Amino acid sequence: MSDALSDHGSDIQQDDSQEEDVMTPAELIAKLEEAWLNEKFSPELLENKSEVVECVMEQLTHMESNLQRVKKGDVKASVHRMEIDRIRYVLCSYLRARLQKIERFFPHVLEKEKSRAEGEPSLLSPEEYAFAKEYYANTETYLKTVALKRMPANLQTVDLLKAVPEPCVDSFVFLRVKERQENILVEPETDDQREYVVDLEEGSQHLMRYRTIAPLVSSGAVQLI
Amino acid sequence: MFGEKAVELIRELHRMSDGQLPAFNEDGLRQVLQEMEALYDQNQTDVNEAKAEGRAELIPSIKLRHCCLLRNQRCLAAYLYDRLLRIRALRWEYGSVLPPNVRFHMCAEELQWFAQYKKSLASFMRSFGGGEGLDITQDMKPPKSLYIEVRCLKDHGEFEIDDGTVVLLKKNSQHFLPRWKCEQLIRQGVLEHVVS
Repeated sequence: MSDALSDHGSDIQQDDSQEEDVMTPAELIAKLEEAWLNEKFSPELLENKSEVVECVMEQLTHMESNLQRVKKGDVKASVHRMEIDRIRYVLCSYLRARLQKIERFFPHVLEKEKSRAEGEPSLLSPEEYAFAKEYYANTETYLKTVALKRMPANLQTVDLLKAVPEPCVDSFVFLRVKERQENILVEPETDDQREYVVDLEEGSQHLMRYRTIAPLVSSGAVQLI
Repeated sequence: MFGEKAVELIRELHRMSDGQLPAFNEDGLRQVLQEMEALYDQNQTDVNEAKAEGRAELIPSIKLRHCCLLRNQRCLAAYLYDRLLRIRALRWEYGSVLPPNVRFHMCAEELQWFAQYKKSLASFMRSFGGGEGLDITQDMKPPKSLYIEVRCLKDHGEFEIDDGTVVLLKKNSQHFLPRWKCEQLIRQGVLEHVVS
C-alpha cells in the first residue's frame, strides 16, 4: 500500500523537526495502520496519535496537489488516486473509531482526563477533549430541561458516570507479539484455576483478556489484530 | 401499577428495533412525571406523619414509593438517552440536514441537542490539516474501485466532478462516477449503486 507513496512525500521529513526520528512515508502509513487496528479492536480509548494524523493529512494534501499536475488519462494517476482513497479511508476510520468511543464512554473519558497526573500524556487530543466536553454539557442540559427539572426535588440529578456503561476491559482480544515479553501474569478464569505466567514469543499470536495486556498495547510491544 | 407507564416508553423504543426513531412521546413522558409527583407528595406527607407521630409502620410503604420513583427516573433517562443515540446515528447517515419526516418525530429540545451536536462535530472535523478540515463522515466503507456504476433514483440537476466535467443527474439515467463523489448522494437516496 505504501510503495506508491515513496516518490512523493520527501517534504514530510522537514516538517517534523521536533520529532527525533525521521519518518519515511512508508513508516508513517505503517504507524497509522498500527494505531488504527489497535484502536479498532481495543475496548477502551487509547492514547491519541495526533502527530501521526497531522503528518498523514499533510501527506494527503501533498499527494492531491501532485495529482493535479498529472495529465488527464495517465494510468499512474488513477493508481495514486486509489492510494489516496485508501489512506483517507484508514485515517477517517481511525478518527471515527475514536470519536465513537468518546461518545459512548464520555463521562468515563472525561473523568480519566480529570484525574490524569501532571505531565502524563493525555488520551485525548485538544480537539477531542473539546468535543467530549461539549457532548457532555449538551447531553446533560438536554436531560435536565426535558425531564429532570420536572421531577421531584430529590431526584433532579443523574450521575452520568454511573448511568453510562464503562468500557469492558475484560473482553478478549486477538494480538500479535512484536517484542518478546516474559512473565505475563494471567489471572484465573474460574475458581479452581490458579493464576499463572506466560512468555510471549515474538511473532506469536494469542487470544487474551484486554486487561492483561493493556500496558503492552500502549507501549507498542503487541499489536491487536 | 407504578412504573408501568415508564416501562411502556422503553418498550416503544424497543419495538422499533432497527434504529428507527418513533415520535417523541410527550404524553407518556408527562404521565410518568405526574405519577412521580403524586408518589413524591404521598411520601412527603407520610414522612411527616411518621416523624411527628412516630408511626414506624409507614416506613415500608415510603421505601416502596421511593424505589418506584428511582425506577421511573431511570426509565425516563434511558428513554431520552436512547433517543439521543438514535438521533446521533441519523447525523452520520443523512448528513447535517435531516429529512422533514424525521424532524417531525423529534421534540424541540432534541432538535436543539442535534444542532449542538452538529456544531461540535463540525468544529471537530474542521480542526484537521491546519484548518482545512476532513469530513470523517465520508469514506464509510473501504474503497474497492475508483469508479462505480450508479443509477439516478430522482432528478438532482447538474453535478460537477473534480476534473470539471458536469453530468446531468436525471431520473433513471445511469452513470459511471468516481466513488468518493457519490457516497453522500447514495446515502441520501439520490443515487443507487448498481451491482451487476
